[in-house]
Amino acid sequence: MTSWTELQTSLAKTGYIASDDLATALHIAVTLGRPLLLEGAAGVGKTEVARALATVNETQLIRLQCYEGLDASQAIYEWNYQRQLLSIRAASEAGETGAAVEARIFSEDYLLERPLLRAIRQEKAPVLLIDEIDRADEEFEAYLLEVLSEFQITIPELGTISATTRPLVILTANGTRDLSDALRRRCIYAHVEYPDRQTELAILASRCPGVEAQLGLQIVGFVQKLREEELEKVPGIAEMLDFAAALAGLGIKDLTADPTVLQACLATLLKTQADRAAIPTEIAQRIAGKAA
Amino acid sequence: MSKVTRFAAADPGPAARVSGFMAHLRDHGFRLGVAETETALRALSCVNPIVPSDARLALKSVCAGSVEEIAQFDLLFDAFWMAEGRVRQKVMPTKQAKAPEKSKTSRMDESQSIKGQGTIHTPEDGNDGTETYAEATGKLVASKASNLMKKDLRELVSAEDIRGAELVAIRLGNALRHRRSRRRKAARKGTQLDLRRTMRHSLSTGGEPLRLAKRRRPERPLKIVALCDVSGSMMNYARPFLAFLAGLMRADDASDAYLFHTRLVRITNALRDDDPLRALNRITLLADGFGGGSKIGATLQQFTNGYARNFVDGRSVVIILSDGYDSDTSEVMGAALTNLKRRNCKIVWLNPLKGWQGYEPVAKGMATAFPHLDVFAAATTLNDLADLEHILARL
Repeated sequence: MTSWTELQTSLAKTGYIASDDLATALHIAVTLGRPLLLEGAAGVGKTEVARALATVNETQLIRLQCYEGLDASQAIYEWNYQRQLLSIRAASEAGETGAAVEARIFSEDYLLERPLLRAIRQEKAPVLLIDEIDRADEEFEAYLLEVLSEFQITIPELGTISATTRPLVILTANGTRDLSDALRRRCIYAHVEYPDRQTELAILASRCPGVEAQLGLQIVGFVQKLREEELEKVPGIAEMLDFAAALAGLGIKDLTADPTVLQACLATLLKTQADRAAIPTEIAQRIAGKAA
Repeated sequence: MSKVTRFAAADPGPAARVSGFMAHLRDHGFRLGVAETETALRALSCVNPIVPSDARLALKSVCAGSVEEIAQFDLLFDAFWMAEGRVRQKVMPTKQAKAPEKSKTSRMDESQSIKGQGTIHTPEDGNDGTETYAEATGKLVASKASNLMKKDLRELVSAEDIRGAELVAIRLGNALRHRRSRRRKAARKGTQLDLRRTMRHSLSTGGEPLRLAKRRRPERPLKIVALCDVSGSMMNYARPFLAFLAGLMRADDASDAYLFHTRLVRITNALRDDDPLRALNRITLLADGFGGGSKIGATLQQFTNGYARNFVDGRSVVIILSDGYDSDTSEVMGAALTNLKRRNCKIVWLNPLKGWQGYEPVAKGMATAFPHLDVFAAATTLNDLADLEHILARL
């Protein structure tokens, strides 16, 4: 049995730096075959966990993006109606009988797999990412619970389809609404925080190897300080990487050197009008000066 | 006292210790069942349980289910496993705890904690004093302003008027009823084709889709959860408000009603009594402490952490009938409403005082609550209640 530190190391090799909490939770979820529920602010790398895990396990990632009004035909399966119609027409011209036609058009050839069904029918257990589960309706949450405990899906025309392999399930939530206790209880839970300075430096180094150490320190320091300001949308890790890429692309060596360029690059970090107004040039300079 | 563990003398084995830990967590408000104990043991077998930090991380990922619980977990873990748990210390740090003094021996510690309990009671008593004071001012203001009112709800005491209030309540209930779902369902008439059923029908006509099946967005009822303040300052409004609640309850079976003053009482079943007046009497019996002080923040907190978990979801409207005079600090109410709001419900606050001329929600409790509310409206006269129909329909 591998330990969670090994998992942490192999995740790091794919470019994902996981905290101890997250690595342990992930390891336990994988070993026990339980779904993992990840909560945390937007932009802390919840979705990225699934991608990294799929890379580590050398398997595919199947993603289901949740939204209000998500229903069975989008999440589980749908019949290919156009093909069915064509087939019926062809059959009636060929003089085929009704029962034979029905058996054919409700066979697997005419079934369109959606993420949940696809995930349980893979040769090799995939990583199933159910993104932003809190956006889906409560009914869907309840249905999901059933799928996650039985790993089988019933299609009236076709019968019950059992899982060939059990996918590794990762659910993410932004905390916009409370999830049901039942769902929480089924899952291993981890809360993903904004990374600390060291971790963020490591992430920057692994994702943008071109950025020099001195500038890297400044960038991370600047973003970490910026997160302490009162902002509407706190910049996440992806924003930090964009910021670093922007600075590197402009050939900047020192954050404090050119206030106008820094202000222009803030476009990658601050995404609302109010936040832009909250950090004018002087404040940006002061934060950059402190971060250096 | 041994410094190492408090179960060293007769150790019943790791399984019992872990279930002891689960019981310890449960005592502190974690919602864990037997299945979690099993998962916890299996999770421990995935890591190296000899290393405390590993065991901590493993148990945390299984037992904690929310940000709040994660924040609590480390302290509880230390208290149980790291022998910092002189049991007393853990029990003490509730909201009322004084700054803990470091004690030399466990006996000292115990005696202090007993003393501590004594002092907890005294401020409670003091609180009661301030409550009465708060009520007194509330009543005083109320009686002053009542002269300005044309028709106050407190004049509605006769059975017919209660029935009138009920009619309004039923209308309000109906106004709240309809909220379109975004999911589509099969229906006789609708805007969208239901291809799946159309296909099925077409089989009988040789593939010719003669009968078109339709789908539409069904209307989902909103569930009403009403909380009525019956503290001293609200006494004048209590009866009509209860009639109003009774109307709401009878209008549909899914709704829910509660009373609160210093405690929270669920009155849903009592209000479903066929005879409205008998229902009111049953409630009066249920609500021991009727007309006493008010702890809005604490009772709302209790509601959010208790009943709300089962009865409030994204399709609920929580109606709070209260004047907002709270003897708790306003932070408690703010936190309670923030948590309640996270259940994705709508919150409507009906305040009898708002009907007065020049009323501003300046009472500290009301001011804290204000940003969390979807609707803040007056409920002093029947006309006010009837006007609510339009406001609530927009929710």
